[in-house]
Amino acid sequence: MVDAQAINKSYGSHKVLKDVSLTVKPGEVACIIGPSGSGKSTFLRCINHLEKIDAGRIFVDGQIIGYREAHGKLYELRESEADIQRRDIGMVFQRFNLFPHMTALDNVIAGLIHVQKVDKKKAEVEGLALLERVGLGNKSTHFPSQLSGGQQQRVAIARALAMKPKLMLFDEPTSALDPELVGDVLQVMKDLAATGMTMIVVTHEMGFAREVADSVFFMDEGVVVESGTPDQVLGNPQEARTREFLSKVL
Amino acid sequence: MPLRHYKRWAVALLLLVALAGIIVDAASREAYEWSAFRKYLLDGRVIKASLVTLELTLLSMFFAIILGVALGVMRRTENPIFKNFAWLFIWIFRGTPVYVQLVFWGLFSTIYKEVFIGIPWIHFGDFSLGFHLTLSQTASLFWIAVLGLTLNEAAYMAEIVRGGLLAVDSGQEEAAKSIGMSSLQTMRYIVIPQAMRVIIPPTGNEVISMLKTTSLVTAVPLVTDLYARTRDISNETYNPIPLLLVACTWYLFYTTILMAAQYFLEKRFGRGFNRNAVISA
Ligand SMILES: Nc1ncnc2c1ncn2[C@@H]1O[C@H](COP(=O)(O)OP(=O)(O)OP(=O)(O)O)[C@@H](O)[C@H]1O
Ligand SMILES: [Mg+2]
Repeated sequence: MVDAQAINKSYGSHKVLKDVSLTVKPGEVACIIGPSGSGKSTFLRCINHLEKIDAGRIFVDGQIIGYREAHGKLYELRESEADIQRRDIGMVFQRFNLFPHMTALDNVIAGLIHVQKVDKKKAEVEGLALLERVGLGNKSTHFPSQLSGGQQQRVAIARALAMKPKLMLFDEPTSALDPELVGDVLQVMKDLAATGMTMIVVTHEMGFAREVADSVFFMDEGVVVESGTPDQVLGNPQEARTREFLSKVL
Repeated sequence: MPLRHYKRWAVALLLLVALAGIIVDAASREAYEWSAFRKYLLDGRVIKASLVTLELTLLSMFFAIILGVALGVMRRTENPIFKNFAWLFIWIFRGTPVYVQLVFWGLFSTIYKEVFIGIPWIHFGDFSLGFHLTLSQTASLFWIAVLGLTLNEAAYMAEIVRGGLLAVDSGQEEAAKSIGMSSLQTMRYIVIPQAMRVIIPPTGNEVISMLKTTSLVTAVPLVTDLYARTRDISNETYNPIPLLLVACTWYLFYTTILMAAQYFLEKRFGRGFNRNAVISA
C-alpha cells in the first residue's frame, strides 16, 4: 500500500530525512518511533505531500505521490492534482487541528460537503454514524472548545475517516492528551486497525505498538536505524541507539 | 454585609451633577437656537444629505473590504509581484492624507477628461479593442468621492485582513488540505471564517470612522453630503451652531445603528470560541 523509497528532505542546509525507506502492506499497521526532532513528522507530511521531497519516491496504492509518470518521465503535479491525491489519505495531528468555528458534526462532514459535494442530509447521516463509531454520537452539536482533548482527537479521527481514505496517518495522536484520556483514543485506533485499515502511526505508546503494529521503525536523526516486527525492534533491538532510546521511554 | 463602593458612587454623582449643569445651561442659551435645531433636524434636505453620507460610507466600505481582502491575501502569497504590488499600494495610500488624496482624485477627472480602456494600438477601421470612458460626464463627483475613499480605506483594510489571516493557526490549513480541500476552499471555508473573528472588530471601527471621514469629500468637491449640506444651509441663514448640532445628531444616529450591527456580527463569528456558549440540541 505504501512504498517509500530513499526519501531525502532538507530544510535549507539541514538534512532532515536521509534515504528513508519504508513499506507497509495493505491492512497493516506500521509504527514509527524515535526521539524528538528525528524527522518522524516530516516523513508523515511528505507521504501526504504537505511537504515536497528533494529525492526519492513515495508510492501510495501504486500512485506516485506528487508526481505523474508519462513516457518514462516524472512530471510534478499541479497543486489541484495533489489536492485530489490527498483525499485518499487521512491524517490525524498531534494537536487535533479541529476547525474551531464548526460543531463536531460539521467538522466531520466538511470534507464530504465541500470536497466530495455530497448532499448535506446524506452527509449528516454519514457523519453521525462516524461520531457514533468513535463513541461521540451525543456530542455532535458541541464545538471543539466544549470537548475534552480525547474527545477532540476522536472527532478528528472521524473527520479523516469521512473521506473513506485508503491510508491513515497518525502523528503522535495521544501525546497532547492527559494520561486518563489516552485509552479512549487508542481504543478507537485499535478498532480501526481491526477493520483492516492501513495505518502509519508515529507514537510513543510502546504498549500500543507492541499490541497492534505489524512492523516498527525506529528513526533517529533522519535515518531509519532499525525496523522489523514489534518483537524484534522492541523486544530484541540490535542497534545501540535503539536500545538507548527504548531504555528511556520504557 | 456586602461590599460598599462609596468612592465610586461619589465620583459618579459628581459626573451626573456636572452633566446636568451643562444640559440645563445649554438648553437656555440663545446661541444654540434650539428652535432652529428642531426645525432643521428633520428638514427634507438634511435627511437626503444624511442618506448621501450613508451611501458614501457603505459603498466605499464595501469596495474597500473587497479590495482589502484581495490585497491582504496577495501580501501572503509567495508570488513576489503580487506581494510587492500590495506593499506599494498600502505604502502610498496609507502614507498620504486622505484629504489630499480626495483633492487629487477631483483634479484627476480634469487632467484626464477621457480614459481609454483596452489595447490602444490595435484597431480595424472604426472598430477598436476597448472603449472610451468620458470622466467628466460619466463619473459624477459622487463616484469620484467613492473611489477616493475606497482606495484609501483599502490600504487599512488590507492590513487588518493580513493580521486576521496571520492569527489563524497554520495547523488549520494543513488539516483542511489533509481532507482534500483546495487552497481556495481552505481560504473560503476554514481560514477566512476564523480570521473574521479577528477582522470584524477593527473593521467595525473602520466603518464608523468612514462615516465621519465622508465629511472630507468637500475636497473633491462634492457638496451633497451631510456636513457640506448643513454648512450650506447655515451659510444662507447665518446660524451655524444649530446646524452643526443637527449634523452631529445624524452622525450619532448612524453610528449607533452601525455599532449595533457590529455587535451582532461579532457574536455570529465568535461561535465556537466561547466555552460557555449554550449548546442547542
Ligand atoms: N518547516 C521547517 N523548517 C525548518 N526546519 C524544520 C521545519 N520543520 C521541521 N524542521 C526541523 O526538522 C527536524 C525534524 O522535525 P520533525 O518535526 O519531523 O521531528 P519529529 O521526529 O516529528 O519530532 P517530535 O517527536 O518532536 O515531533 C527538526 O530538527 C526540526 O527542527
Ligand atoms: Mg513530530
